[in-house]
Amino acid sequence: MEIIILITIIFYLLSTAGYFAYLFRQKNYLQQTGYYLLAAGFVLHTMALAYGFIQSGQIPVKNLFETLSIACWAIAGVFLILQYKFKLKILGIYAAPLLTIVMALASRLPKEPVQVENIYNNLWFIVHIIAVFIGEASFALACGVGLLYLVQEHAIKTKHHGFFFRRLPSLELLDSTGYGCIVAGFTMLSVGLVSGFVYAKLVWGKFLSWDPKEVWAGITWLLYAALLHQRLIAGWRGRRAAVMAIIGFAAVLFTFFGVNFLLKGHHGEFTRW
Amino acid sequence: MRRYLLDYLNSIWKFFTRIMLSVILLLSLAVTSIVGTLIPQNESPAAYFQEYGEFLYRIFDVFDFFDMYNSWWFQLLIVLLTVNIVVCSIDRLKATGKIVFAKNPIFNLSRFKNHADKENIVEDRSPEQLKDIYEPFVSKGFGYMRSEQTDKGFCIFAEKWRWTRLGVYGVHLSIVLLLVGSLIGSIFGFDGYVNIPEGEAVSSIRIRNPAQAKSLDFEVLCEDFDVSFYDSGVPKEFRSSLTILEHGKPVLKKDIIVNDPLRYKGINMFQSSYGPLPPKEVTLSFKSKKTGQAYQKKMLMGQQIDVPEAGGKFVVKDYDNAYQFRGRSIGEAFSGVLIPENGRPIEILLPVRFPDFDQGRKGNVAISVKDYDRRYYTGLQVTKDPGVWVVYSGFILLIVGCYITFFMSHQRLCIDIVKKGKKSLVMVAGTANKNKLGVPNRIKKISEKLTKLA
Repeated sequence: MEIIILITIIFYLLSTAGYFAYLFRQKNYLQQTGYYLLAAGFVLHTMALAYGFIQSGQIPVKNLFETLSIACWAIAGVFLILQYKFKLKILGIYAAPLLTIVMALASRLPKEPVQVENIYNNLWFIVHIIAVFIGEASFALACGVGLLYLVQEHAIKTKHHGFFFRRLPSLELLDSTGYGCIVAGFTMLSVGLVSGFVYAKLVWGKFLSWDPKEVWAGITWLLYAALLHQRLIAGWRGRRAAVMAIIGFAAVLFTFFGVNFLLKGHHGEFTRW
Repeated sequence: MRRYLLDYLNSIWKFFTRIMLSVILLLSLAVTSIVGTLIPQNESPAAYFQEYGEFLYRIFDVFDFFDMYNSWWFQLLIVLLTVNIVVCSIDRLKATGKIVFAKNPIFNLSRFKNHADKENIVEDRSPEQLKDIYEPFVSKGFGYMRSEQTDKGFCIFAEKWRWTRLGVYGVHLSIVLLLVGSLIGSIFGFDGYVNIPEGEAVSSIRIRNPAQAKSLDFEVLCEDFDVSFYDSGVPKEFRSSLTILEHGKPVLKKDIIVNDPLRYKGINMFQSSYGPLPPKEVTLSFKSKKTGQAYQKKMLMGQQIDVPEAGGKFVVKDYDNAYQFRGRSIGEAFSGVLIPENGRPIEILLPVRFPDFDQGRKGNVAISVKDYDRRYYTGLQVTKDPGVWVVYSGFILLIVGCYITFFMSHQRLCIDIVKKGKKSLVMVAGTANKNKLGVPNRIKKISEKLTKLA
């Protein structure tokens, strides 16, 4: 188990090297290598999670290491699909190092699972976890695309056609990719919230107990709903959409970490360490 | 006057159609919700007073920050958002409806030529031949198709998924359903609890908010309760065997565990807690100091019995689950009174875990607990939510609506075939109302397939 995680991290690290080499040398085979290395890391990562699932009989989200690990797994998966679909080659310089750093830090955390009471592995619970993490992974990538957008826009505005200008794709491609991420993230977050509500109703008898994590997930959903309306109806594209994607992801991060570390509630057990 | 009123209503309607209003309301709900996650909700006034001091307490109290999700202003925001969603949807549905429900879709050839993504092919056959080859292929992939004769050839128009333009109204309707469903639940439903001792039946429960009793039109009997533990002492599973009684006759039996409630007549009973009950019977050991003989006696709580060897009378008065002895809990303990043949009554403490305790008294007889019946009560959460199916349909509509809105689009295709000498020039062009980025790719694929067909 430990060794699979270690090899996974090494693959992510090599992928990072591939993408950075691509950033400097601009040879297509470099980013392809980075892509395949990341895909190999993803396969190993999937195996590690499956092993944990089979061994404990429960979806492995029982401490901070496991939740971060599953979050990285979701980011890797969504990234692979995104690059395949949108051909946004340069996004690897955001995703691959993010995966490497978070996985490396997470693997240093204690791996003892915490005893969680009142958790039942039914289908709704599994769907809830997976959908929420895929949604948040999409938002993480939307934030990365937003950052690239701001960098490229800055290069264009200041007419400083230097290092990044030649290496980043068009603003239009960045904008549509970011939109694609947000739309996918919003849909998956909706699926995650709905399955969580159904689970809560079945197990605890009520959809919502106004637990801080639930409220913050709702806040995130509202923020992205506002962003989508601004974009689709009021025509907020480009810079504003990019900034909103970054703000939205900040709310996601707070929902993930801040709520658990600063506030109380029934999701607390999952990120204790 | 009437006209003035109409203008007034019209301006209110206009106000609610603004998209900026939706954005502001969504953001306001998001920002104000934070308050409820920072201030613990629904605690006692005393706790708040101590935490925040008098000044802040008064301010928070005025704004209902201690129960903010039920406060008038938070509910007002939700109502405004609902009105906004409904008005906006109706307003826009007029325009969308014209497109979606049009009998003969309008195609504009010059728009495809000027704006759409397109591919051009040159073919050897005549426009008539190409039209006959293309038509079956196009009608397979698109729901609607028609061909028109043009000056120099033919034009095939096709489209599909026109109805997906309605997807966004599905999402909006789903939000309204969620809100209406939870409103129905809060008006016609309830959330309560009841504790039932093992072997007993109840016919009324306690409602949480507002706190009051509510009688059920049937009885719930708890025949048995069991709890199993992990090695660490944490409860693993608790299980209640419940029977529903109608006029004293059993109509439904079910064992419930935490994620598997009993449902009867729209009322759900969830296993939520349990606790120990004072025992009914206890077996005590009386050890005579004089003869060294030990006698065992079984008795009911409160029943006076004769102590062997004419030691007087004894009665068990009380049971405590966690008895405090000199500031320390010593676990389960009984207490009773010993009335000697002559002399004053003596209070006696009988801790279950320390059978030698009473020997320290140095009396004529040393009493200890041998056995007693361990009884539990089961704690049930009892809820009724008639709005639940409205909420569930809202959930389904939300997911399906999101998928249609974000991942499907109204796609239109135009194949313009023009005769040029002995050959034909074919233009394949397409548009989509959403996800325009994918259109060039799709057009390319279609034109490749058309080339292979011809």
